Amino acid sequence: MSTIRFVTGDGLPAFLTFLARNGRRVLVPVEKPAVKSSTVFETWSEGKPFSLQKATVPAKSAVLPQCETLIRYKKSKNPDNPSEVSLNLDDTPEATPTVVFACRPCDARGYAVLDRPFLHGPYADPYYRARREALTVITLTCSKGCDTCFCHWTGGGPSSPEGSDVLMTAVDDGYVLQAITTAGKELLNASSLPDGAERFPLAEEARKRAWASLAPAPDLKDVPQKVASRFSDMPFWLHWTERCLSCGACTYFCPTCYCFTITDEGEAMSARGGRRLRSWDNCMSALFTREASGHNPRLSKAQRMRNRVSHKYATYPENWGTFSCSGCGRCIGNCPVGLDIREIVLACVRHSSDIAQETQER
Amino acid sequence: MASKTSSSSTDLQTRQISKPATDISMRHTLSPRPMMPGNPYLPMPATVTEIIPETANIKTLRVVLEDDERMRDFKFQPGQVGQISVFGVGEATFVINSPPSQKAYLQFSVMRAGEVTAAIHKLSPGDKVGVRAPLGNHFPWQEWKGKSLFLVGGGIGMAPIRTIMLHLLEQKGDYGKISLLYGARSPRDMAYAYEMPAWLDNPDLDATFCIDQPFDGWSHKVGLIPNILLELKPNPQNCVAVLCGPPIMIKFTVQALEKLGFPPESIVTTLEKRMKCGIGICGRCNIGGRYVCVDGPVFTWKQLQELPPEI
Ligand code: SF4
Ligand code: FES
Repeated sequence: MSTIRFVTGDGLPAFLTFLARNGRRVLVPVEKPAVKSSTVFETWSEGKPFSLQKATVPAKSAVLPQCETLIRYKKSKNPDNPSEVSLNLDDTPEATPTVVFACRPCDARGYAVLDRPFLHGPYADPYYRARREALTVITLTCSKGCDTCFCHWTGGGPSSPEGSDVLMTAVDDGYVLQAITTAGKELLNASSLPDGAERFPLAEEARKRAWASLAPAPDLKDVPQKVASRFSDMPFWLHWTERCLSCGACTYFCPTCYCFTITDEGEAMSARGGRRLRSWDNCMSALFTREASGHNPRLSKAQRMRNRVSHKYATYPENWGTFSCSGCGRCIGNCPVGLDIREIVLACVRHSSDIAQETQER
Repeated sequence: MASKTSSSSTDLQTRQISKPATDISMRHTLSPRPMMPGNPYLPMPATVTEIIPETANIKTLRVVLEDDERMRDFKFQPGQVGQISVFGVGEATFVINSPPSQKAYLQFSVMRAGEVTAAIHKLSPGDKVGVRAPLGNHFPWQEWKGKSLFLVGGGIGMAPIRTIMLHLLEQKGDYGKISLLYGARSPRDMAYAYEMPAWLDNPDLDATFCIDQPFDGWSHKVGLIPNILLELKPNPQNCVAVLCGPPIMIKFTVQALEKLGFPPESIVTTLEKRMKCGIGICGRCNIGGRYVCVDGPVFTWKQLQELPPEI
């Protein structure tokens, strides 16, 4: 039996205080009222109001910040011989012990998607590793799906534990916390929360109700092959990107997108030096693959959409055996022109004769 | 991360929960190759020791790693690339075009095209740069033993050909005939012009040079590479063709080689893509599910035929 604890709604701030001990950074969803209100992860401090809503932007930046320093470079002089200069490079990763509190299962699965290329590919990324090792994920399971949720299509679900250290499920009088990993178990054991084993059946009931609220998922077993075989069907991709603005909102809000760029900021051979930065990039932008010669292998937005959808549903599965989409639906909800990746994936699967007909109808 | 589920989970949950994707190994393995140790993003500080102007827009630079021990222990295979950093401007990728036997320096030839290459062109001996190397795969020269080689370099594409050619010539005994066809727009566009007389004189090498248009004082062939190739008619029997150059040259040269009877697995080329990380993560250089920075830059034509057409 795994470690199970219980916390009341009123007890959450005290639990957050416990989590924030020893300088730990606790990221919580915070509501931002505006014309278009949003919920974003922010560092919690005593007394700060927080929310348990699904965040507008996933907490991906806990492991992959929007912008981070890879290397600090500066010129250094040999004190004995000042005419002798050398390059001083500092690559120390910055990683604060962090707890992500109340993300959703689709966000937590995002970490599992990122872990593969960043930790298990031909090279391990030391910056990502430092942050990931310092991260504990407490995930709030969802009580129901919404109309853009499709986590269960992609191998997840409203109570999927993948990527989480602790699963937290709302029951009538509070929350049941279930340790998933050793790190989660140690964290719960160190807390003063009471045992929650007797309420665990209630949590299971709630999880079951959440599952039942989802419309049945289509069979996506053959999707990697089907999407791959669409590669050369340019009319298909043109059709599906007609409205796309190449704005990149879909990649920005995605818990699994990880394309990045590397740029330098600041003169090198100065005493002040500068920094080499890594920043999120956007494969939907025309500049992403533009070469110095001017040649661009993904010049059209149709080619870029093809790459985005193929990466999530064909080539990442080819390399890692699983989709790199966790079905959170944020790309659907945030696309200014209402493009829906589910429709594109399903259209890939549909028989080619239907497509021929569709093309005629267009 | 291992997942643990409660034994009392309902069927509905266990079906979904008990099978998280815990298999986290990559589905294909990379060919063995020398790799950069340590933080793969951290360049090795290096000093420019020599700048050789080649053409109006190509310069060759020789660099030496600042750390003597790392310089001495530096190992690479012909065809592997390096990222050169000009701090404050950025990084760009070039093949190491000196042969692995050259232990005194690493040589790169750089055509001015963008910001980083322009900054490299402004370097002088003594300047500090960073080097991330070796990256990528290499020419499978071990598999070519006993075969003849027909090497084709077009323009700056002569750089990777230079490293593999010099490497093969050092062990000529293991190979059949080694031929080189090197072409450029005009004699003024030919890098390594100062080495060409020695290549012609080398009894182990059958070298042919060509330019696109007649030019005063040019005593070699005139014509496009694919046409000269058809004229030379290399025998595809037990022969590997290696070609590097601009995409348009590759396209027509492959057609010519196919006409001559070279099978796709005996045609080897290198690809260039915009790169950032160089280690298969940043998502910039992929063709379908393969990343040019780790699965390439060296591919056989057969391998390329099996990838989606996105070059
Ligand atoms: S959010 Fe919509 S419009 Fe913007 S790039 Fe993505 S698909 Fe295109
Ligand atoms: S250069 Fe980053 S993936 Fe190849």
